[in-house]
Amino acid sequence: MTLIRAGIVGLGKMGLSHQSMVNAHPGIELKAVCDTSTYVLDVLSKYTGVTTYSDYKKMLDEVPLDCLFVATPSRYHAEIVSLALERGLHVFCEKPFGLDPQTGYRLAELAEKKRLVNQVGYHYRFVAAFNEAKRVLDQKLIGELHHVRIEAYGPVVLRPKGSTWRAQKSEGGGALFDYACHAIDLTNYLIGRPIAVSGTVLNSVFSNDVDDEVYSTLQYSDKLFGQLATNWSDDSYRKMSVRLNFWGSNGRINVDRQELQVYLRSHEQAADGFTEGWNVRYTTELTKPVWFYVRGEEYSAQIDHFVQCINTGAVPLSTFRTAADTILTAAMLRQDAQKPRTTIALNDPAVGGGGELDAASRPRKTFMRSVLDRLKPQT
Amino acid sequence: MDRVLFGDNQFFGVNHMSEEKARAQAMRFQDGKAIIGVLEDAYAEGVKTFMCTTHERMGEICEYFRTNRDKYPDYVFYPCMPYAHKYANAAAELGMIGAVRSFLPEENKLGALLRGGMSLARQDVEGLATLLIDAEMKMFAGLNTPVIFLQNVATDFLLGLGFDEAFKIFANCVRERYNAEPGFITMNAPLLLQRLQKAGIDDPIICTNINKIGFRMCGGMQAYEELMTHGKCRLIAMSVFASGALQPKPALEYVCGFPHVESIVFGASSRRNIAQTKQLIDQLTHS
Repeated sequence: MTLIRAGIVGLGKMGLSHQSMVNAHPGIELKAVCDTSTYVLDVLSKYTGVTTYSDYKKMLDEVPLDCLFVATPSRYHAEIVSLALERGLHVFCEKPFGLDPQTGYRLAELAEKKRLVNQVGYHYRFVAAFNEAKRVLDQKLIGELHHVRIEAYGPVVLRPKGSTWRAQKSEGGGALFDYACHAIDLTNYLIGRPIAVSGTVLNSVFSNDVDDEVYSTLQYSDKLFGQLATNWSDDSYRKMSVRLNFWGSNGRINVDRQELQVYLRSHEQAADGFTEGWNVRYTTELTKPVWFYVRGEEYSAQIDHFVQCINTGAVPLSTFRTAADTILTAAMLRQDAQKPRTTIALNDPAVGGGGELDAASRPRKTFMRSVLDRLKPQT
Repeated sequence: MDRVLFGDNQFFGVNHMSEEKARAQAMRFQDGKAIIGVLEDAYAEGVKTFMCTTHERMGEICEYFRTNRDKYPDYVFYPCMPYAHKYANAAAELGMIGAVRSFLPEENKLGALLRGGMSLARQDVEGLATLLIDAEMKMFAGLNTPVIFLQNVATDFLLGLGFDEAFKIFANCVRERYNAEPGFITMNAPLLLQRLQKAGIDDPIICTNINKIGFRMCGGMQAYEELMTHGKCRLIAMSVFASGALQPKPALEYVCGFPHVESIVFGASSRRNIAQTKQLIDQLTHS
């Protein structure tokens, strides 16, 4: 099989990580890399001999490639992906794949029309424990779902001062786009997209310009509602932790990156090695080996998957379209958080409350509301 | 190297099988005294080498062993650097160059170079590596550190990039500045050995996952068993119980059966488990 010629644009934490795996993949030939940092290019060029560029357009002009890995800050995803698709390249783009759903869907259509493999770096779709949970859900072992709880916590922002793109809303920074999107995408993968959202809170804990936490109620159907909770200012977690809980008529699923716990109420519906009561499966028995390991099997597996899809023409597990769906959910959350909140206050006559509220009992403005209020011209 | 080495995952909330177990451990070992208690138990059972990450909290442990040198005259540390999350978090917060700068001592010429926007000459990269290694080793001053390891995230990241010279730079620095042997922790042992040999590092000390179920042994069990039987390297087996998925006896029977596995590193938090593991390894080694 001929080697797939690859280029990488964006050599930050994720870009360099991808470079390590891409360069070590037996089915890929890494032809060139591109970044704006001359230091990084300098060191790479001196010590690994890779061809370097500081202008991605020049790289695409000069180097014949079959595919491109895009790992720049989110703001540049659309522009670079667009050019790569026009040049007929298969594209692997880091999440969150741009900042608005319309652009995401437009690029998905373009890639689909040109029959180009298009994949987005939502690596949780490649975690064995979550895939096993999907199997359990698809087989309806816990019956009809009535509730899902989606949680993502981690120690990313613990101080007000951020000096990178992650700290700026215009650059796609903030917990919603950078953290919650992982959990949203994963849940979309497991049970489909929410049809509506309400009660969304976007709060800043330490950051000046972006949100650090996201909470919302998600509706999936008449019968199924979920709760989302994301907070990237929690250092009681050593690293990012995503946990999903599903409640159904026949039991519950509690799953994280390493462990799947399934509680089955009834014996009749037990199947496939799962019995009544608690069933636990660990990553040690679920995870398939990968050809090269740096930070986790799922990071390698998603790269290998991209390669296999290019070779076979299969549609990846995570595509531009599914990523656009995720951005759409995020946009719904953002929109919901910005509009005036419908609340029932302590003194609402409808609940028999009475009297004036003191300052401490008045409903707080949302973070978005207070930002928008501050932007209003002073009268 | 001692046959049995003690690891530190359980002290820092690291468990590759279960996040819940990891959290319970993190809570138990919040206090440095709790860690020292377990290390003392291990010492009493004859486990006198502690293979540990350069996590900030290790500073307290190092201080204890420095102060109590007469109680533990033969205690040995195998530092493993860098503590990956420290760098990953810094990179996310400050960008790549910002992160590197933040770990350099202040008023440093190289830091100035980075600030100044000048290109880095070969010796500057080596100088930078030296400074970073010195920063990681500071907490071990005055302690016995005959082997110094490069952590798997760093090793495998550099391995993938093809930055083989980094291994040479690390090895030279460790030998010349610390009079120690360089060691490499990896999840890709067969590939690493090839590259180390190409880089002129012969018979290297490699610490890698070795367990009966092939958990996280990249390159395949066959390639690993080749290394363990014929390989020109000195192997330290880690994750021998596959993070708790395997029972001790069959797990250790497997690992102890190979001639090139010189040492076994394991973590435990109860004296009973430490004793059981040490005794099993001793029995299987001498039989």
